[in-house]
Amino acid sequence: MAAGIVRGGLAGCGQQVARLLRRRFHRSAPAALQVTVRDALNQGMDEELERDERVFLLGEEVAQYDGAYKVSRGLWKKYGDKRIIDTPISEMGFAGIAVGAAMAGLRPICEFMTFNFSMQAIDQVINSAAKTYYMSGGLQPVPIVFRGPNGASAGVAAQHSQCFAAWYGHCPGLKVVSPWSSEDAKGLIKSAIRDDNPVVVLENELMYGVPFEFPDEAQSKDFLIPIGKAKIERQGTHVTLVSHSRPVGHCMEAAAILSKEGVECEVINMRTIRPMDTQTIEASVMKTNHLITVEGGWPQFGVGAEICSSIMEGPAFNFLDAPAARVTGADVPMPYAKLLEENCVPQGAEERPSSPRRPRGEPRREAAGAP
Amino acid sequence: MRKMLAVVSRVLTAVSQKPTGRVLLATRNFANDASFDIKKCDIHRLEEGPPTTTILTREEGLKYYKIMQTVRRMELKADQLYKQKIIRGFCHLYDGQEACCVGLEAGINPSDHVITAYRAHGFTYTRGLTVREILAELTGRRGGCAKGKGGSMHMYAKNFYGGNGIVGAQVPLGAGIALACKYNGKDEICLTLYGDGAANQGQIFETYNMAALWKLPCIFICENNRYGMGTSVERAAASTDYYKRGDYIPGIRVDGMDVLCVREATKFAAAYCRSGKGPMVMELQTYRYHGHSMSDPGVSYRTREEIQEVRSKSDPIMLLKDRMVNNNLASIEELKEIDVEVRKEIEDAAQFATADPEPPLEELGYHIYSREPPFEVRGANQWIKYKSIS
Repeated sequence: MAAGIVRGGLAGCGQQVARLLRRRFHRSAPAALQVTVRDALNQGMDEELERDERVFLLGEEVAQYDGAYKVSRGLWKKYGDKRIIDTPISEMGFAGIAVGAAMAGLRPICEFMTFNFSMQAIDQVINSAAKTYYMSGGLQPVPIVFRGPNGASAGVAAQHSQCFAAWYGHCPGLKVVSPWSSEDAKGLIKSAIRDDNPVVVLENELMYGVPFEFPDEAQSKDFLIPIGKAKIERQGTHVTLVSHSRPVGHCMEAAAILSKEGVECEVINMRTIRPMDTQTIEASVMKTNHLITVEGGWPQFGVGAEICSSIMEGPAFNFLDAPAARVTGADVPMPYAKLLEENCVPQGAEERPSSPRRPRGEPRREAAGAP
Repeated sequence: MRKMLAVVSRVLTAVSQKPTGRVLLATRNFANDASFDIKKCDIHRLEEGPPTTTILTREEGLKYYKIMQTVRRMELKADQLYKQKIIRGFCHLYDGQEACCVGLEAGINPSDHVITAYRAHGFTYTRGLTVREILAELTGRRGGCAKGKGGSMHMYAKNFYGGNGIVGAQVPLGAGIALACKYNGKDEICLTLYGDGAANQGQIFETYNMAALWKLPCIFICENNRYGMGTSVERAAASTDYYKRGDYIPGIRVDGMDVLCVREATKFAAAYCRSGKGPMVMELQTYRYHGHSMSDPGVSYRTREEIQEVRSKSDPIMLLKDRMVNNNLASIEELKEIDVEVRKEIEDAAQFATADPEPPLEELGYHIYSREPPFEVRGANQWIKYKSIS
């Protein structure tokens, strides 16, 4: 058996393999377990469904279709109609039903096929879910998870490519998380489900099939990632790159390239949009003196704008050697043609081999302060 | 004899001590109960509707009377406090519709669930909160049921989910509560209320579909008071048969000014839902004396004559009182005594609601998240921080 790239498979299979791997190879260096983001989400939901019978999943195609993007594969077979519910195409209706069920004590996971469709239901997310605990003076909690793919995909054009991190991140009463890796996905979805508050989980369709190394602790049924804590994916000294979701990967690629040129980037994976881990970002900027934010969403009033603002207001401002810069999606509705679409999102280095020195979206050497 | 009794009663109420009055009344013999004919309900997709006669016991009658009177006087007190600017913002009053909230509560159990829109003070009371807590919430004080954080439209109690400000949004919520009832298998139902205006919201039809598909134990109740804000039903709806708007969902149309009619219809619908057959739609034909809210005098889109006609012919409290007195279930004096008690309760509550202090500024950031360790919330600028605890 190879170092085991576990692709697809039923939920739970990955865990069995993990156990098997550990047993077999405990004498030599343990083989790294590879799990895709999709399987990590699946595992996370499966474990929480098993752990607490108040948890259930509803949304379009989540049951018999195994999920529009196969994230809920196998769950309906395992848990049946009561716990995994296919809904009609009625976002406002079923989101409201999910919120009502949460108010009455259940713990629903409400899937939006993509977050673009959540706009039809956004009143239920904000006015019925997010604000209720506050308006009721602490009487009525709403333990609900809204999840689904967010942001740009590939060739799906304007109505299906919007990033909602800034919109949801704007609202008090909500928690908003944005996983990048498989470990992120599993730990955050489990924390979201166990949280007694409305949590928006912004996944990414292009990341679903990407495998990541799954550390040992992530294989535990109680593996949780705290909401509100960022992770430093890569230590560095010259410039801080702050990102969330898929662009974290682009930052890592850019960091690898810049490293060869003597620029060491510190890459911060936000993991949570709200409440934002400003402290981790500040500490990093105070060390590197340079800040670049990287996101897929539109620039105006976005996540990067908020980060820059927060840094200005805090102790890290005095440590900046240059103004903070933002790398974002282009300020246009997403076009369809490949060339145009590519230029509307931050790019990883290898995707632009024609300009290895300055790949699209990569921090400029001047901004990085390198000699 | 009657005149003498009236005189004595007047003197006694002026002195406002009860013992002597009680002795007088105790010598009278009341009937234990009486049978009443109630209006037949129009039905949709049903073989038969609720019964057309019902029995009201003396005890029930006195209870319903007192509760309706309490809601009435509470709403009128809110009107007064609003005009004195002690209540501010939104205030949507329920006077005229008392038979609805009281009749509905009489037809269900405390373990059932209720959710309504913003004209919610009546239900907040019938679901168990005190007038004190309600008025103090309206005046925005710390003794309010939501600690002053919610106001008129956001009052919650056990098995009562508000008070909801977004028209129609409470309907899917109610179906979700019904889903939880079915999920938990405890034989509970959810009453999900909305108005004639809200009845045209698309999300209600989405909800009808899912509730019928999944056989959720939900009674969809349209409180048709003939006007959605300033728009009459004829100007808002292509079909004003709100009890039929659920299409494939059976429906009944009920006289919402008669507390007994509402009670029987509710029992009927509740039994239907509890049997697992799925949802039902119930239209309550009712009327509000006040305008849409305190900022609406309520006479630009309807006539004073119309309001007066309903008051004199169909007032729910008057209807119950007449029934009870004419059938020897209670005396006028006894009911007047109840009025006095109610007035006192309302007065005390209003005193409290006016004198209680506002919530402390330090608590501005409280109750953002449930069961969360304390954290900081930003105020109006970066240097103002509030502590947030759950």
